[in-house]
Amino acid sequence: MPRVDPSTPEGARAALTTMWTIRRFEEALEDLYSRGLLHGTNHLSIGQEAVAVGVCGALEEGDLITSTHRGHGHCLAHGADPMRMMAELLGRVDGYCRGRGGSMHIADVDAGNLGANGIVAGSMTIAAGAALSMRMQGRDAVVVCFFGDGAANEGSFHEALNLAGVWGLPVLFLCENNQYGMSMSQDSSTAGGSVAARGAAYGIEGRRIDGNDLDAVHAAAAEAVAGVRAGGGPALLEAVTYRYRGHSKSDRNLYRTLDEIESWRNERDPVDRFEAAAVASGRLTAEDVDAVRAEARDLLRDAVQRAVRSPEPTVDDLDGAAYAGRSTAAVA
Amino acid sequence: MTVRSMIETIRLTLEDEMARDERVMVLGEDVGTQGGVFRATEGLKARFGADRVVDTPVAEAGIIGASIGLATAGMVPVAELQFLGFAHQAFHQIGFQLARFRYRTLGRFPLQVTIRAPYGGAVHAPELHSDAFEGMLANAPGLKIVAPSTAADARGLLTSAIRDPDPVLYLEPLRGYRLVRDEVPDDEHLVPIGTARIARPGRDVTVLAWSFQVVNALEAAEAAAEEGIEVEVVDVRSLVPLDETTIAESVSRTGRCVVVEEAPRTAGFGAELTSTVQELCFLDLEAPIARLAGWDTPYPMPLLEKDYIPGTARILDAVRRTVAF
Ligand SMILES: Cc1ncc(C[n+]2csc(CCOP(=O)(O)OP(=O)(O)O)c2C)c(N)n1
Ligand SMILES: [Mg+2]
Repeated sequence: MPRVDPSTPEGARAALTTMWTIRRFEEALEDLYSRGLLHGTNHLSIGQEAVAVGVCGALEEGDLITSTHRGHGHCLAHGADPMRMMAELLGRVDGYCRGRGGSMHIADVDAGNLGANGIVAGSMTIAAGAALSMRMQGRDAVVVCFFGDGAANEGSFHEALNLAGVWGLPVLFLCENNQYGMSMSQDSSTAGGSVAARGAAYGIEGRRIDGNDLDAVHAAAAEAVAGVRAGGGPALLEAVTYRYRGHSKSDRNLYRTLDEIESWRNERDPVDRFEAAAVASGRLTAEDVDAVRAEARDLLRDAVQRAVRSPEPTVDDLDGAAYAGRSTAAVA
Repeated sequence: MTVRSMIETIRLTLEDEMARDERVMVLGEDVGTQGGVFRATEGLKARFGADRVVDTPVAEAGIIGASIGLATAGMVPVAELQFLGFAHQAFHQIGFQLARFRYRTLGRFPLQVTIRAPYGGAVHAPELHSDAFEGMLANAPGLKIVAPSTAADARGLLTSAIRDPDPVLYLEPLRGYRLVRDEVPDDEHLVPIGTARIARPGRDVTVLAWSFQVVNALEAAEAAAEEGIEVEVVDVRSLVPLDETTIAESVSRTGRCVVVEEAPRTAGFGAELTSTVQELCFLDLEAPIARLAGWDTPYPMPLLEKDYIPGTARILDAVRRTVAF
């Protein structure tokens, strides 16, 4: 049974809570950054929440994901505790990786998140290997490999799809197509114009879906995951979405118009759309929606307050930390 | 002469070289419309057009491989990698195709390729955006590697790199992009690749450093001077080929040497320098050569980076120990 079924009132409530948690989490990052409490680069997925929530909601206990540099949503939707995740991004000892991973390399072993990755397409062949491992051990788990539209132009994308295709692996390749890789539009960087269409070259059925419609994402992911789990081999979904924020802090948005950003935000926002759909279909009431928003706000406020109080690691932490023994001892 | 930041100087030098030689072109991720993540190529697309300032897909092996092909057929590509940490996607193309092409083909193809890549720590960036990987590619014969620490040298070495018949990896200090500002010649300026520079003369101990660590070494030298220790800072600036003459002459004179680098200690480029100095200056050494490096871990999170890479304090401490030995 998938973790979340947004077609039910409880499932809709859970999905909306996670979407708001992700959005509030990333807004909190912006706030911490502007107050000088958060260092380094963060890639925000504000506007893309339905992809992470729809897909991870279609998974079961024991399923694995690999994530990207824009992976806060994946991590939270796959079960991370916002406080421990925030502590990780702040570099504190209560973080999932004692702060070593940070935003771009956070992993949550218990939840089955093999990790974000600072290298574009860096996780893709890892996902294929994890899927092979699952099958060799007779486990019927599925691996979801998140990647961006830009990542589809790295060699690793092609190696991963070919391995998965030729070995018939239980992996769902999930392209989060927010239409740009930094300043490069998908049109200007992607021969053939579509990631989904590339699946055919590897014998993998690829489908393009509306990534800002939570119900649609969930339905497509649930179907794909069921097929993969049943032994049907890999699947590929290209979820079309949009990033509102700059690629990272220094982005001056020279490659797109404000109108374009505004039109996505005002007309196609995934959170707005799901709230409206859930209320219209009677899954949620307006009061439920208000309650969910307040809940997510309080959850994040509490997570931030506790995370900033988590101790900072010391330099002794580095001693031998790259090898077995010390690295695990420090975490235990 | 004009006082310029390093990033501004790199941009200006690219523009000058493109204006001088129409075979010179720039390619890389976001170098065109965006003008580069750090704005090193700002304005170039507007002036020279999209044919000579090429926005590529995210595909580093493709960028470097294409640069080899472009050069063999007569163009002069200057490829940008957004961070040196992304060079790994192109490791094979850089270290084992680009670097080996001349040897294999008896030099019959032109191979005028420059790869620009920012690197180095202390900018609160995560691993792969901060680590010092120069040593990994210094072990690939056929590739030259330079790493300026001043804006003037940034101009001189970039001009030389672009005009050099061999492929050159040109390393830019992330930390120094805007922090480093000095007098830069307005006209054509070349610094010969393979030459080190005495950044500060001194008689008591030689500090060997490159890239942003030169700035730290100079600061440490200033502090040491107040204690009566005269530090000579040698900016190695050309890792491959190495200016053994200048380095050996300095260490033989001072009799003491501190080697500073940001990479993990094991097999870092500092080990190469230490061994060279030991061979060339053995009879003149009054103290063991001191080595400062990062830890044998990936580059750590921002809260620990000041402890990871050598800074002024650790250099000063090593200088004191070496002089007191
Ligand atoms: C190998 C590699 N090359 C370049 C980068 C710099 N970079 C980070 S994200 C990015 C764009 C990736 O685009 P996409 O896959 O569409 O993901 P998005 O940022 O849109 O979520 C680039 C070029 C990197 N991190 N790794
Ligand atoms: Mg994208």
